[in-house]
Amino acid sequence: MSDDHVDGNALAGDLREIFAVDLTTATGRCAGCGYRGSVATLRVYRNAPGLVARCPHCEEVVLRLVRGRDRAWLDLRGTVSLEIPLPS
Amino acid sequence: MFDVPGWPGHLPGQHVDVRLTAEDGYSVQRSYSISSAPDGNRVELAVQRVVDGEVSPYLCDVLSVGDKIELRGPVGGWFVWRPADQAPVTLVAGGSGIAPLMAMVRTRASEGSRVPFRLVYSVRTPDDVLFADELRRRARDDAGLDVRLVYTRQTPEGSPEPPGRLGVATLNTYGWPAEFTPNCFVCGPTGFVETVSDILVALGHDLRRVRTERFG
Repeated sequence: MSDDHVDGNALAGDLREIFAVDLTTATGRCAGCGYRGSVATLRVYRNAPGLVARCPHCEEVVLRLVRGRDRAWLDLRGTVSLEIPLPS
Repeated sequence: MFDVPGWPGHLPGQHVDVRLTAEDGYSVQRSYSISSAPDGNRVELAVQRVVDGEVSPYLCDVLSVGDKIELRGPVGGWFVWRPADQAPVTLVAGGSGIAPLMAMVRTRASEGSRVPFRLVYSVRTPDDVLFADELRRRARDDAGLDVRLVYTRQTPEGSPEPPGRLGVATLNTYGWPAEFTPNCFVCGPTGFVETVSDILVALGHDLRRVRTERFG
């Protein structure tokens, strides 16, 4: 695996366009290994047609986001759940 | 430095996405950290030119005063320092990773915060220090801010220490001890961030208090 990745912080702008809250502060659980961590800590690879986020623990793909001109595709099959902080 | 009409303000550590679109519709986007403290509609970005990059050469070489670009932000709520948090702060920067940490240092001053800050900043040579004059001034004038520079290739003339990579001893000496439960913010190239966060964890810091931002 190349070292050419950034982290989940880089997803913030694209996810904010889709969701009403900042999803990078959410805690996700990886479907591959069960690792729990902030979306901001995922490894994000941008050298694909879209963004591919992998688990920092087992490197399983947990989130993929492809953006077209007038739509986006979000693939979360590698994520069991997302715990999203909300303003109380 | 950009004037962004309607800028809602930002938290130190947040970034913006810059999107460039060619006439044929091809569009490319990159994230850049904000280095300024909140100041009306004014936003400062620190951009490091990537030789074969698609966005940074344009921003550094082509863009000139008065040009307009497409910015989206502020975004990111994880790698941020909130002035209301009273825990001491250790900042560790590698190269241009200083940018979001500079926003934290500046916000601390503009908010009149007394939270103790320690900044450890790794650069190759003395010429590579971004914000050099301002950091020297702030280290002198901002009470409760310590700045430690680490040179990996070449030290300033007269320095008693040889150049070397940032290691356990330096972080142990110039960062806050783990017992103080500081918030640690680490920003820089991917390899640098991995090394520093491993060292901080080895020094006993809680991984949940070590927040990182990688440039790739």
